[in-house]
Amino acid sequence: MAKIVFTTNIQRHVVCPDAEASGHSVREVLEKVFADNPQARSYVLDDQSALRKHITIFVDGKMIGDRTRLSDPVNETSRIYVFQALSGG
Amino acid sequence: MTDTLLISTRKGLFTVARKAKRWEITGGDFLGDNVSLTLTDRRDGRRYAALDHGHFGVKLHRSTANGWEEIATPTYPQKPEGYEENDMWGRPLNWSTARIWALEAGGSDEPGVIWCGTLPGGLFRSSDHGQSWEMMRTLWDHPKRKQWMGGGADLPGIHSICVDPGNSKRVWIAVSTGGVWFSEDGGANWTLRGEGMRAEYAPPESTHDPIAQDVHRLAQCPAATHRMWVQHHNGIFVSSDEGKTFSEISDVEPSTFGFPVVVHPGEPDTAWFVPEIKDEKRIPRDGKLVVSRTRDGGKNFDILTKGLPQSHAYDVVYRHALALCEEGERLAVGSTTGGLWVSEDQGDSWDCVTHTLPPIYAVRFA
Repeated sequence: MAKIVFTTNIQRHVVCPDAEASGHSVREVLEKVFADNPQARSYVLDDQSALRKHITIFVDGKMIGDRTRLSDPVNETSRIYVFQALSGG
Repeated sequence: MTDTLLISTRKGLFTVARKAKRWEITGGDFLGDNVSLTLTDRRDGRRYAALDHGHFGVKLHRSTANGWEEIATPTYPQKPEGYEENDMWGRPLNWSTARIWALEAGGSDEPGVIWCGTLPGGLFRSSDHGQSWEMMRTLWDHPKRKQWMGGGADLPGIHSICVDPGNSKRVWIAVSTGGVWFSEDGGANWTLRGEGMRAEYAPPESTHDPIAQDVHRLAQCPAATHRMWVQHHNGIFVSSDEGKTFSEISDVEPSTFGFPVVVHPGEPDTAWFVPEIKDEKRIPRDGKLVVSRTRDGGKNFDILTKGLPQSHAYDVVYRHALALCEEGERLAVGSTTGGLWVSEDQGDSWDCVTHTLPPIYAVRFA
C-alpha cells in the first residue's frame, strides 16, 4: 500500500496521522484516507475536490502534474507527501 | 448594553471588555490565525468566527461552553461537467469559498437561521446554527451574477446582509462589485435594486447601471427599514424606499470615500462614516483619523475627532470595522494599523483601547 504523510503544519488544525492506502492514482489513495478522516478533506481539497491552491503533493519525490483530477499514478510502494506550497507565504 | 467587543484581526480574535468604565483586552482566540469576521447571535448567545487559513482554506467555528468547535463551512456546488466560467481577469472562476465576508442572524422567528456571504459571490443560508449550509442557487444562477466584478478583492463578494426585523423573508444584500439585491421570499427570488447610484470608475454607458455599483457597505435602520445608507466606492448614498432608489450625498468634508457605515437603530437620519482621502489615496486626510456623523439624513455632518489621533495617523478602517451597539450609544472603530477606539457618547469622544493589535478586519459588539 502507498504511504501518505501530511505536513506537520496541518496538524494543529486537524490531526492527520501518517496513513497507508491502496489505489492507482493520487485521487484514489487520498479519497480512502479522507473516508477515515473526513474533516481533513477540506483542508487539502477545495469545494470542487481539486487540490487547494497553496498545497502541493509529491509522489515518490516528484510534484504531481494534475492538480484538478489528481490522476497522477501511484503504486503499492509509493510515498505520497502532502505539503504546504511556499507560494502561500 | 453590551460590555463586550469581538475584534477580528490578521493574527487572531481578541475579546475586549468594559471593566470599571475602561475597555481592555481580556482574551485571545485563534492566535496567529487570520480571522475575517465574527457574529454573535443574540437569539441564543452563540458566537461564530470565520477563519482563513490560507493554505488550508476558509473555516467556520462556533462557540461552545468550553471554547470553540469547527462547524461546516459553506461549500459551493460542483461545477457542471464542461461548464466554463471565467472571472473578470479571464481566468477560470473557481466555485469555492475564498472568504467569508458577511455573517448575519436570521429573524427572531427563525431560530438557528444564519446568513453567510462569501467570495466569489455565493450567498448561503443555514437553518441549523451553521451545521449545514444551503446555497441560494437562484442568486448564484442569476444571469446578472456573472456581471459581478472584483472590488474589495480580486473576486466579487457579498459583504452586507440586512434582514427585515419585521419580516424575516425580506433580505437585502450588497456586493462589491455588483450593487444591492433584494429578496422578499427568503432568498427564492432576487431582484437588483439601487437606481440612482453613480459609478465614476465606469464608462458613461454604465455609470448609472445598478449592477456596476461598488457598494462598500450597506446599512439599514432597524426601526425604519425604508432607510438604507450606502458607503460607496465614490460617494455616500441614502435611500428612503428600501434601496429601490438612492440619492447621493455630496460636498461632505473631509471626504465621501471610505468603507464602513452604520446607522442608528432608531433614528434613520443618524449615520456614521470613517472617511479616507479617496480611492487612490486610502489614508485619512492630513494624517487625522476622524469619524463623520450626520443627524439629519446627510444634510450636515459633524467631524468627530476628540480622542482620535490627529497627527500622522494612517489608519484605514475596513467595511466591517466600525461597530454600533444595539442601543445606538456606543461605537467602536478598529484600524488596519491595529488601533482600537471606543466611544460611549455616539462618537463625541473616543478612548484608545490599544494601538498594537494586528491589522483589524472586523469589530462587533458581542
